Amino acid sequence: MTTDTKQLETLAKSEYKWGFVSDLEADAAPPGLNEEIVRFISLKKNEPQWLLDWRLKAYRKWTTMEAPAWPNVHYPPIDYQASVYYSAPKPKKKLGSLDELDPEIKSTFDKLGISLDEQKMLAGVAVDAVIDSVSVATTFKTKLKELGIIFCSFSEAVKEHPDLVRKYLGSVVPYSDNYFATLNSAVFSDGSFCYIPEGVRCPMELSTYFRINAANTGQFERTLIVAEKGSYVSYLEGCTAPMRDENQLHAAVVELVAMEDAQIKYSTVQNWYPGDAEGRGGIYNFVTKRGKCAGARSKISWTQVETGSAITWKYPSVVLQGDYSVGEFYSVALTSKRQQADTGTKMIHIGKNTKSTIVSKGISAGRGQNSYRGLVKIAKSAENARNFSQCDSMLIGQQCGAHTFPYIEVANPTATVEHEASTSKVGEDQIFYCNQRGIDTENAVSMIVNGFCKEIFNELPMEFAVEAQKLLGISLEGSVG
Amino acid sequence: MLEIKNLHARVEGKEILKGLNLSIQAGEVHAIMGPNGSGKSTLAQVLCGREEYEVTAGTVTYAGKDLLEMDPEVRAREGIFLAFQYPVEIPGVGNTYFLRTALNAIRAHRGLEELDAMDFLELTREKMKLLKMDESLLRRSVNEGFSGGEKKRNEIFQMAVLDPKLAILDETDSGLDIDALRIVSDGVNSLRGKDRAVLVVTHYQRLLEYIVPDFVHVLAGGRIVRSGGKELALELEAKGYAWVDDLAAKTGAR
Repeated sequence: MTTDTKQLETLAKSEYKWGFVSDLEADAAPPGLNEEIVRFISLKKNEPQWLLDWRLKAYRKWTTMEAPAWPNVHYPPIDYQASVYYSAPKPKKKLGSLDELDPEIKSTFDKLGISLDEQKMLAGVAVDAVIDSVSVATTFKTKLKELGIIFCSFSEAVKEHPDLVRKYLGSVVPYSDNYFATLNSAVFSDGSFCYIPEGVRCPMELSTYFRINAANTGQFERTLIVAEKGSYVSYLEGCTAPMRDENQLHAAVVELVAMEDAQIKYSTVQNWYPGDAEGRGGIYNFVTKRGKCAGARSKISWTQVETGSAITWKYPSVVLQGDYSVGEFYSVALTSKRQQADTGTKMIHIGKNTKSTIVSKGISAGRGQNSYRGLVKIAKSAENARNFSQCDSMLIGQQCGAHTFPYIEVANPTATVEHEASTSKVGEDQIFYCNQRGIDTENAVSMIVNGFCKEIFNELPMEFAVEAQKLLGISLEGSVG
Repeated sequence: MLEIKNLHARVEGKEILKGLNLSIQAGEVHAIMGPNGSGKSTLAQVLCGREEYEVTAGTVTYAGKDLLEMDPEVRAREGIFLAFQYPVEIPGVGNTYFLRTALNAIRAHRGLEELDAMDFLELTREKMKLLKMDESLLRRSVNEGFSGGEKKRNEIFQMAVLDPKLAILDETDSGLDIDALRIVSDGVNSLRGKDRAVLVVTHYQRLLEYIVPDFVHVLAGGRIVRSGGKELALELEAKGYAWVDDLAAKTGAR
């Protein structure tokens, strides 16, 4: 092995910079999962009967299900009875302003670089911050309210807008959808709700920072976004987590609904603790994300940059129901150390003249294993549907792996489906070429990897794009030594 | 400027250079010729610090310093430039961004401040004109989708921008048609100067009609078997490489 290769092999060894634990007084359920726990969660949150019933239906369904075995990831069986399913920081009192925010929480946010102050207003970002399942602070409500936009925690939405929640909850991802989504439906703690009324263009990027905090607490977030006729919203989701020894299960559900001519752009930068170089610790990120283009000419775009988690299992998908609707999926997934990712998308074409685009970039370093899994399904009704898929993999070093599992099902002969795939190595040739021009190896690798992901970064909102590039740099730091 | 003594180097366990001696002064243009497999490209790679090429004996002194002790990027910052025989493509990385990063790394090493975008643009415009390159190449990714000729021209363009002290051209003429050859050669010639040395590695004499060397060395069996002025290239052309083999046999290089 040459020095370059060795440097690359060690690139993944950089320390997780955001591994700190804040000491909040947790108000937690006892470990374990049963009907009583589901009732406890619902009671804690003062939920209406219909929601409790929905949770219980999901729980009963879940007990009959088995965890999926098909993903190309390996982990020891999860003991669901050892987990805590509810943990919330105790509200000390109602907040009148951000100054009253728990200093502990405030400093956690500061360490993460999230500012909940005036700067955010200038930057045009409203943050619904979630620490351990309960929304602690919500800003910009007034401004959004003027436009009729609802942006609040899920629990608040259940209280304030029960009809909307009841109408759309489970309408894209049914409670019985899959093992992890069903578990989420039973025990979800909180999340975000967003409603854009007809014809309104949301003037700012809506953003939520999720953060896993108490030890051994599974996180079950739930996000629901509804965009009415002709509306537009861009939603940002960013994540970091403190360092942990035990694996933490995270099974979130995100549902998007776009009506006629509506557009939803959903961007994620995920940087949860990936575990150490030996594969100890790290988040299990088993997420169900799906959008429904319910109306004609609606559009849903998923953009994700996944650099964290020990295991990532997620397929942000679009159901293209409305005629002329558009689905997009742009993804960068990086696995280093012993991270495993099985990620991709599903594009389900039902309406006529529907169109979907998939661009996936997988980067494997260290002993990372990266799989792209995607389904393009053209239903019989989907006249003139079109899909274009491009899946590129990049390997850094000798011990990582890249895999591609594209599935294409076409039931209508007028469809056009294109698939392109490539695998490349960050070659020693490329690195040497950069070296010979005076650029050191670490910068060379970062440059090559960023070049590889450029198409995706172009899809991210500006501030996120910058963060994403930094994250890639951080994640690869150790690999170059 | 460059002093190579008794250089031995191997790649994948096979010894390619077997006691090479070469001395280059500032302001000189040297040509190294030789048959395929004689070690020409190996010499270029070894001088630039390519990892796969292991130096087993000998010394290389560059501007008074031990060259072999330096990492490849340090050698580059110290003023060694290699125009690659096969320039590498780097998708998604803009030519301009790449070159500016390189230039600023070199400038930082030399204690100069970073060149801002405007000054850089001015510099590149001037050099592009020199090589009759289309400005659109600047906006494309490094070498991606470039024709063979464009890649070679891009190498010389980079060289012009990075302003090296010792420029090594590895088979720069291969894959060039006569017009491109002339443009590239003009570019190289315009960089000739009393502070700069050029080492041209080539299989054919053709390039040396355009870049006229001060010295020509014939490499065979991992050693320089004959050195002379520019007329040596013509002699070699006339007699062919079989003659070189004889020379090598006589000097015991094989």
